[in-house]
Amino acid sequence: MNVTAARAWRPPSPWGRPWIGPVVWTAVAAFLVWNVVSLHVDPARIARGFARFGTVAARAFPPSFERLGILATGVWESIEMATLSTLFGVLLGIPVAVLAARNVVPLPVYAGGRLVITLARTFHELIVAIIFVKAVGFGPLAGTLTLTLNSLGFFSKLLAEQIETIDRGQIEAIRATGASRAKVLLYGVLPQVLPRIVGLTIYQWDIHLRQSTIIGIVGAGGIGATLYNAFARYDYDFALAILLVIVAIVLVGEAVSAIARKRVQ
Amino acid sequence: MLEVSGLDKRYPTGDHALRGVSFTIDGADAVFVIGPSGAGKSTLLRCVNRLVEPDRGTVRLDQLEITGLTGKALRDARRRMGMIFQEFNLVERLTVMENVLSGRLGYVSLWQAWRRRFPADDIDAAFVTLRRVGLEGFENKRADELSGGQRQRVGIARALVQRPRILLVDEPTSSLDPRTSEAVMELIVGLAAEDGIPALVNIHDVPLARAFARRIIGLRDGLVVYDGPVERLDGAALEQIYGGAILAETGERSRPA
Repeated sequence: MNVTAARAWRPPSPWGRPWIGPVVWTAVAAFLVWNVVSLHVDPARIARGFARFGTVAARAFPPSFERLGILATGVWESIEMATLSTLFGVLLGIPVAVLAARNVVPLPVYAGGRLVITLARTFHELIVAIIFVKAVGFGPLAGTLTLTLNSLGFFSKLLAEQIETIDRGQIEAIRATGASRAKVLLYGVLPQVLPRIVGLTIYQWDIHLRQSTIIGIVGAGGIGATLYNAFARYDYDFALAILLVIVAIVLVGEAVSAIARKRVQ
Repeated sequence: MLEVSGLDKRYPTGDHALRGVSFTIDGADAVFVIGPSGAGKSTLLRCVNRLVEPDRGTVRLDQLEITGLTGKALRDARRRMGMIFQEFNLVERLTVMENVLSGRLGYVSLWQAWRRRFPADDIDAAFVTLRRVGLEGFENKRADELSGGQRQRVGIARALVQRPRILLVDEPTSSLDPRTSEAVMELIVGLAAEDGIPALVNIHDVPLARAFARRIIGLRDGLVVYDGPVERLDGAALEQIYGGAILAETGERSRPA
């Protein structure tokens, strides 16, 4: 009998008690089923949607590049927004990152720095863009402010984490020379994170370029505004042209970013 | 003159690293601190220039009490103590010259430091010091291109260019091979003697300490258990410092005195 018992071995339950597992899984399954019902996930409707998509697609071909002027203006505005907001974002983001790195500032300052980053990350850029459009009006200024704030959530967070991994010995050595806190940052910290700063800046620009194509939909300037108008006026062929240009911008941005980052390493 | 008196340090983790350490270094001799790992050697050195904050006790350098200083006064005091590290602690991505000149950071303005524009006297001193440590012509190399021995020479140059009143040297040869170790130790002791300044050297390699030291301080569990000339450091003294197990690395046999 002992032998039989030994051969019936089961791995210990990760939930602590064996009955908790089935209860949890049943609850998750019930929740999913309820979601499908309450959100009216209806196969027939999906099928009808595909049919309608066919009509839209048919009217979108061939893409129309007739209004090239409007298209170029929108694209250029997006690139300007992305570039300017990256510059501002990095200039603001470096000090914020320093304040949010546990190994170079005291705990209360660190808490403040982290709070800024968390707040900047809390809302999606579309929500932030809506708020800035309300505050400063329609146009690329709202978009630039949105993307700058977005940098504090992305650039600063990643840079702060990089600062937290640097070699303490180098900092200790600079402190031992009698250098002030600012000089320690300049000589002990900055050289260690400089490649990361360059890499993140390029990456941030790449991301901003992508984001700048969408926030125009809520009125924050750039190519997105043009796209929204084209859809609103059922100019599907123009909309397709815009989408193709966005694809091109993103690909070019990615290529530039990849080449530049490779060179920095 | 360095006067350490009643130095006590307990870390928040509960480690009682120093238990009332006192000694005085007068003159320009190198004093070697030996003892097993965890005896408090590193803590002792870092309490002298306050990279680690001692709980009790005083440190005086040339009559100036270091332990009471804060802010600018503390940084000014640190300028007068050159420190050399086990892992060299060079700023890896900077040039040899920038690393050496960082020894002058306590003397230049933030603006000068930012623009890497050091006074001509400092640059002269850096070139002279590079020659003294045997790295003439290395000024534009990046620190991470150098070998271990070369890195430590840069570390020595960085400390010397401060024109310190004392050298604090933390296990300077632990990351080096035996032959390089000897050369580096000779350099440190020799240059300190040339400049007429004392050195406080942590080391766990007892034969190396014997070869270069005149005075040895033995630390065990945060207590000074030996302080005297190297000639009196016999088997009994070593047993006091290292406990029952006289390690093979000391090259010594335990025997009754």
